[in-house]
Amino acid sequence: MSNINFLKPDRTNLNTFLYLGSFLFFISILDVFLNSFFRLNLTGFLPNFLSFLLPLIFGFIGLYFIRIEYSGIKNLDLLNKHINTNNFNAVLSLLIIFIIIKSLPPILSWFVIDASFAGDTKDVCTGSGACWTYIKVWMRRFMYGMYPNAEQWRINLSFVALVLLGSVGYFATDKFKKYLTLYYVVIYPLIAFLFIFFFISGGPVFFDFSYGIIAAILSIIIGFLIPSKFKFYYFLIVPLALYVILKYFLFFEEYIELGKLDGLNWVETGAWGGLSLTFIISFFCLIFCFPIGMAFALGRRSEFPLIRYISVGFIEFWRGVPLITVLFMSAVMFPMFLPEDFFIDKLVRAIIAISLFEAAYVAEVIRGGLQALPRGQYEAAKSLGMGYWKMHIFVILPQALKLVIPGIANTFLALVKDTPLIFVVGLLEIVGMLNLAKTNPKWLGFAMEGYVFAAIIFWIICYAMSKYSYNLEQKYKTDR
Amino acid sequence: MNFKLKDIVPQLITVLAVVLVFGFFTYNAQINMENRGIDFGYGFLSQESSFDVQFSLIEYDGSHSYFRAYLVGLLNTILVSVIGIIIATILGVIVGIARLSPNYLINKFAAFYVEFFRNIPLLLQIFFWYFAALRALPLPQDAEAMFGVFFLTIKGLYVPAFIWQNFNIFFYSIIAAIIAIIVIRAHAKKVQENQGKQIPVFLISLGLIFILPFLSFLIGGVRLSFEVPVLKQLATTSFIYEGGVSLPPELIALTLSLSLYTATFIAECVRAGIQGVGKGQKEAAASIGLTPNQVLKLVIMPQALRIIIPPTTNQYLNLTKNSSLAAAIAYPDLVLVFAGTALMQTGKAIEIVSITMFTYLTLSISISILMNWYNKKIAIQEK
Repeated sequence: MSNINFLKPDRTNLNTFLYLGSFLFFISILDVFLNSFFRLNLTGFLPNFLSFLLPLIFGFIGLYFIRIEYSGIKNLDLLNKHINTNNFNAVLSLLIIFIIIKSLPPILSWFVIDASFAGDTKDVCTGSGACWTYIKVWMRRFMYGMYPNAEQWRINLSFVALVLLGSVGYFATDKFKKYLTLYYVVIYPLIAFLFIFFFISGGPVFFDFSYGIIAAILSIIIGFLIPSKFKFYYFLIVPLALYVILKYFLFFEEYIELGKLDGLNWVETGAWGGLSLTFIISFFCLIFCFPIGMAFALGRRSEFPLIRYISVGFIEFWRGVPLITVLFMSAVMFPMFLPEDFFIDKLVRAIIAISLFEAAYVAEVIRGGLQALPRGQYEAAKSLGMGYWKMHIFVILPQALKLVIPGIANTFLALVKDTPLIFVVGLLEIVGMLNLAKTNPKWLGFAMEGYVFAAIIFWIICYAMSKYSYNLEQKYKTDR
Repeated sequence: MNFKLKDIVPQLITVLAVVLVFGFFTYNAQINMENRGIDFGYGFLSQESSFDVQFSLIEYDGSHSYFRAYLVGLLNTILVSVIGIIIATILGVIVGIARLSPNYLINKFAAFYVEFFRNIPLLLQIFFWYFAALRALPLPQDAEAMFGVFFLTIKGLYVPAFIWQNFNIFFYSIIAAIIAIIVIRAHAKKVQENQGKQIPVFLISLGLIFILPFLSFLIGGVRLSFEVPVLKQLATTSFIYEGGVSLPPELIALTLSLSLYTATFIAECVRAGIQGVGKGQKEAAASIGLTPNQVLKLVIMPQALRIIIPPTTNQYLNLTKNSSLAAAIAYPDLVLVFAGTALMQTGKAIEIVSITMFTYLTLSISISILMNWYNKKIAIQEK
């Protein structure tokens, strides 16, 4: 057994094993490195099979030798603890190191070294690497779709304005803090809507639908002033009445081009596209799906059976079908359900469809939060004499929403990732524009570059969102 | 009967609103259909479809009915979902466990995988695999064989076909093995409860599941041969493979992207489940003398599964619903065949979209009922 003992590293022969092991480990890494970066094969004289496996064997023996418990050397102990706990882990670690070293050169050369950046025709792309010229030339299309080049400042201006207005919350003084909810829930969406309506579209896009939105938002603002006793009946009657007044008494048929601004050309929604459309759709769906989802979450927990059944039916229906069929429905089936002279723009139809779809998911997430609250919260609120709405707005929802921040963030992430599906109704956001660009006869064969570009953009957006939601979760975490 | 007006009014108003909306829609639909001369009805399902489908599990051509076309699409959807679910589960469990590994490199590698694939839209991934990655594959005549029998080409993956003789005997032998295993398990449990003796059930099961089918080869006259795909020249530059089974590139791209994408979510479920089992449980199990394998099998897994299963079910449902993205790369699934081609030909928008939605609804509700039942079965029996 003595020679086995000799092969078992321990502290008595620390230096011998350390030097031997590090040397073998280093050799194995060097072999793969040279092989991968300089196409140099140190072990070329050996048979193919052995030459292929040799780095792994050397590295394995090397790691085995340096696996000495409590060696007293800080770095070695760290290394052993993290990548070299046993034989199995050592092999896995080696494999991962080799994969990284092996895959770096091809990726680097494709992305940077062999890639072409200059010029603006296909001719410059002769190398084996990526053709970023293609992205450069098509950049405007990927960002703005078919929106006319001369008018794109309108989109830029609107987005800058909306971002600035959206960041108001960070600069608000304590005095204005209590109005922030009202601002973000009502005023900011209204401003955003008007921006899109007047500025980006610049024409009669929304027709009948716009009256509905204006009526709804006005009635919400007035609703804050109504005593809570009458609120329920108020919300049933006033929006409808406002809608009728707006449509038939205030804005007569000759004013139907409500969105028309002097000096701005009308750009129809079919021409919108690219990344800006992704943002517009995500933004509006996000705004609409949240209150709808909240309403259905409350409806599902309502004590009135009929309201409960309707909510359950709504939620389970939308959760059970794929988004693509919902969009199909909004494209081919929905027009059949409307009066013949009633026209709804396809962008609006897509936004309605996605909002309803995501609202069902938001409802389930919020329901989870509502269920997680202890009964005592409800009972305490009731014992203070609060009514249903007061209890929910001031006691239940603030706590429940805090609990479900991660779930809501996931739903919103899913929403952003679902926007490319609007190709079904014929709208082309960035992925759709890529598919269009790749079939252009002048620029055939650059599908890879386009998809990688879009993947990077989406990845950045989604990763930033998930990190932000994690921060929010930490910020609002309260011990209970 | 003690009716309170306050209870009745909100419900009545809600129901009235719902009925009004539905009534409005139905009324409009009727008028619209009358104006356009379309009649409502499902009779078209038995008519001749007269379109062809690229890839089908059952025999189908243009002379079959629309209902048959619907079945073709449904089966293709189920095929993609089942393959995707199997691969995603295996990959997801491995990655989920890898994320808990004490090995820094493995841990980070798994985290990188999850963060990378989770944050890119699925449709983009499907497009990437289909239009960019799989288009870089060699033409049939240039393809090199993998293990001598698989051919991965731009036109799809060609694998050898199994040709069975007396397949039913082989099938019965497997059924017999499964029944025997169930009986032995029950018996072993009884023996252990009564006498404390342990029967090596796992080894016996392993033996049975190999030996019985093997016997069927020896005695039952079962024969298995492989039909390897062979390259055949159609014209000077056009080659195809004949024989064997061909998997179209659409199917490969779709299963690949679906399983890579869903595996990231399953990995997170698995990680959360294993982390959700308290540390005290492991320590308590170890302190009463259970071996590490027993700790995992008898203490950790039963508790972890309880946390893992509900969200994983959701992921299975999502995968099934996401398989409808197949329509974007022309894989003939339910949406493409039925809500696409059939709808274009018949113009029966309401009927076809409603059947499609109803089918998905049935699929998801049946999966969730099944999983709820399983979930209830393994839930903690609180006394």
